[in-house]
Amino acid sequence: MAEIRLQHLAHRYDRTGDDYAIREMDHIWEQGGAYALLGPSGCGKSTLLNIISGLLVPSEGQVLFDGRVVNELSPERRNIAQVFQFPVVYDTMTVFDNLAFPLRNQGMAAAAIKAKVDDIAAVLELQPLLHKKARNLSADEKQKVSMGRGLVRDDVSAILFDEPLTVIDPHLKWKLRRKLKQIHEQFNITMVYVTHDQLEASTFADKIAVMYGGQIVQFGTPRELFERPRHTFVGYFIGSPGMNLVDVQLQGERLVFGDQSVAVPAGLLAVLSSRTFKRLQLGIRPEFVQVWDSPAEAAFSARRVDIEDLGTYKILTLELAGQRLKVRLGEDRSVPEGAVGISFPEPWLMLYADDLLVEATP
Amino acid sequence: MNKVQNNKAWWLVLPVFLLVAFSAIIPMMTVVNYSLQDIFDQSSRYFVGADWYRQVLLDPRLHDSLLRQFIYSACVLLIEIPLGIGIALTMPGKGRWGSLCLIVMAIPLLIPWNVVGTIWQIFGRGDIGLLGWTLNHVGISYNYAGNTLDAWVTVLVMDVWHWTSLVALLCYSGLRAIPDVYYQAARIDRASSWAVFRFIQLPKLKSVLLIAVMLRFMDSFMIYTEPFVLTGGGPGNATTFLSQTLTQMAVGQFDLGPAAAFSLVYFLIILLVSWLFYTAMTHDDANR
Repeated sequence: MAEIRLQHLAHRYDRTGDDYAIREMDHIWEQGGAYALLGPSGCGKSTLLNIISGLLVPSEGQVLFDGRVVNELSPERRNIAQVFQFPVVYDTMTVFDNLAFPLRNQGMAAAAIKAKVDDIAAVLELQPLLHKKARNLSADEKQKVSMGRGLVRDDVSAILFDEPLTVIDPHLKWKLRRKLKQIHEQFNITMVYVTHDQLEASTFADKIAVMYGGQIVQFGTPRELFERPRHTFVGYFIGSPGMNLVDVQLQGERLVFGDQSVAVPAGLLAVLSSRTFKRLQLGIRPEFVQVWDSPAEAAFSARRVDIEDLGTYKILTLELAGQRLKVRLGEDRSVPEGAVGISFPEPWLMLYADDLLVEATP
Repeated sequence: MNKVQNNKAWWLVLPVFLLVAFSAIIPMMTVVNYSLQDIFDQSSRYFVGADWYRQVLLDPRLHDSLLRQFIYSACVLLIEIPLGIGIALTMPGKGRWGSLCLIVMAIPLLIPWNVVGTIWQIFGRGDIGLLGWTLNHVGISYNYAGNTLDAWVTVLVMDVWHWTSLVALLCYSGLRAIPDVYYQAARIDRASSWAVFRFIQLPKLKSVLLIAVMLRFMDSFMIYTEPFVLTGGGPGNATTFLSQTLTQMAVGQFDLGPAAAFSLVYFLIILLVSWLFYTAMTHDDANR
C-alpha cells in the first residue's frame, strides 16, 4: 500500500544519446487508486511501468514510494506485483504451486498460503485446475495464473498490469476486467493498468493517464479526457471517431479557416495574444457538432461527403472550407443530401496552440 | 468423392530405404549373420545358434569391461553435465566477451580424438610433460602408465576437457532462448537465484539437456581412441573399455563369431540405456 510519486523522472535506454523513452515528468499515483496508463505502442508505457516496478533504473529523476526514494531498490525489495503481457508460468509447477510461489518466497506459513491461494483461485475460477501442471494449460488459463500470482500478495505497494488481457478472448476479457475491479474494491490496492485500448482503460480505471511520445499528456477521469482533452493527441486517441481538428489562423478576433471563420472563444483572446505559437487548431468532438434541420439557424453550410451506418449510430463525413469533419449522429436521425447546416456549440469548442489546450487564465 | 486407391507413392520411399539399407541394415545383418554361425571361409560355415551369445555373456572379460564402461560413462555424465550447465550459466550473454567465450569453448571440439590422446599423453609424462613434471615436483606422485587410478583420472579428465564444451554450448543456446520476462517475473515474485535456476532455467533447458545427455552417454560409452593412445588400455586392463575389448576380440584374436555377438549385445545396451534416459527425461510431460 503506497502512494507512488514520480519526480523529474526521465529515461533513455542509451545513456549517451538524446533519445528519451520517457521525457521529464512529475506524476503521482495515489494510494488505493485504480489507474490506467493509455497510449499507442511505443509511447513509453511499458518503460514507465518497469521503472515503477524497479526492473529498470531511470536515468534521471526519482521514484518515491510513500515519500521514500526507491530508485536503487530492486523489484523484490519494493514489494510490488507486476503482470506481464504474455503469460509467465513456472512450467514444472502445478497451478497451486505457481500461485503459492510468491508467498512461499516471502516465508508465509503453509496454512495461510493455502487459504490465500484458494481465495484467489476462487476469484479467478481456477479451482478445477489447481492440481494440474502449469505447462498443460491453455494460453488464457496461463494468463489467469500469471495474474493470480500478482494478486495473491495483498500486502503489495501496488499491482502493475502490462496489457495483461492481450492473449485472452473477448468474452473472458470483460469478465476478468470486472474481477480486477472487484479485487481492487476489496483490497484497496493501488493498481496501474497499461493498455492501448480506451474501452479497457475507461472500464477499469477511475483515472486515466494518457501517454504520448514519452510523456503523460493528460491525467483525468474518462469524462474529462472526453470532454476537455488537454492535448490534440488525447482528442484524437480517445473517442470513436476521434476529435475533429481544424487548422486555423488568428486574424483579429476571429479564427479563420478557408473562407470561414469563428469568433475566438470567450476569454481566450487575451491568452492567445500574450503567447507565441506555430500552429493553431480548433477541436470539436464528432458527438458535439450540431446538425440543424433548417439551414437558416446554422452557422455553416457544409457539403455532405459520406454517411456510414454503424448499427447503433451513424457517422457523417462533411466538407467545410476544404476540411473534412466527422459528425456522430443518432441512429434515427436522417440527413439531407447536399448541403448540411452545422454549428459548433461554444462549450465544446477547444482551441489548441502547438497541440496544447488553450485555457482562459482564471 | 471418388477416391483412387493408389500405392505408387511407396516408390518414393525407395531411395531412402536403399540408403538406410546400405548404411545400417545390411552391415548390421552381416553382423547378425556372423553371430549365429561359425564361419571359417566361404565354403565352410556351421550354424551355432545362440552359442556365441552364451559364451560372450558369460565371459568375465566382458563383465569387467562392461562394469568399467558403466562407471566411466556415469563419471563422464556426472561431471560434464553439471559442469557444462555451470559454465553456460557464467558465460556472458552478449557482446565481445560472449563471442570470445564461444570461440574459446569451441576449440576443444575441433580437435580429433587421437590428437587429444596424444596431447594428454605428452602433457602427462613425468619427464617432459608439463602436467606430469609439475605434479611430481610438487610432491604428488603421478604416473598414468603405472598407476591404475592415475590412468583412469587422466582418461576422464581428457574427456571432460574435450567434451564439456559441447554441453556448455548446448546449454548456452538454451539459456539464450529464455525470454527476459521470465527473469523479470521471478524478480517480482522474489524468487531466489536457486529458484530461478530450478524453476525457470532448468525446465527450459530440458530439451537441450536431453540431447546433451544422450550424445555424451553414447559417445563416452563408445570411447576407444583416447585410452588406446594414452596407455593402450593399461595399466593391466584398467582402462580397457568395451570397444577396446571388442576390437581385441575381433581384430586381435580374429574371433569373429563371439565378436559379432558381442557387438550386438553392445549395441542393444546402448539402445536400452538411451531409451531409459529418454523415457526418464520426457515421461514427466505426459503426466497430468
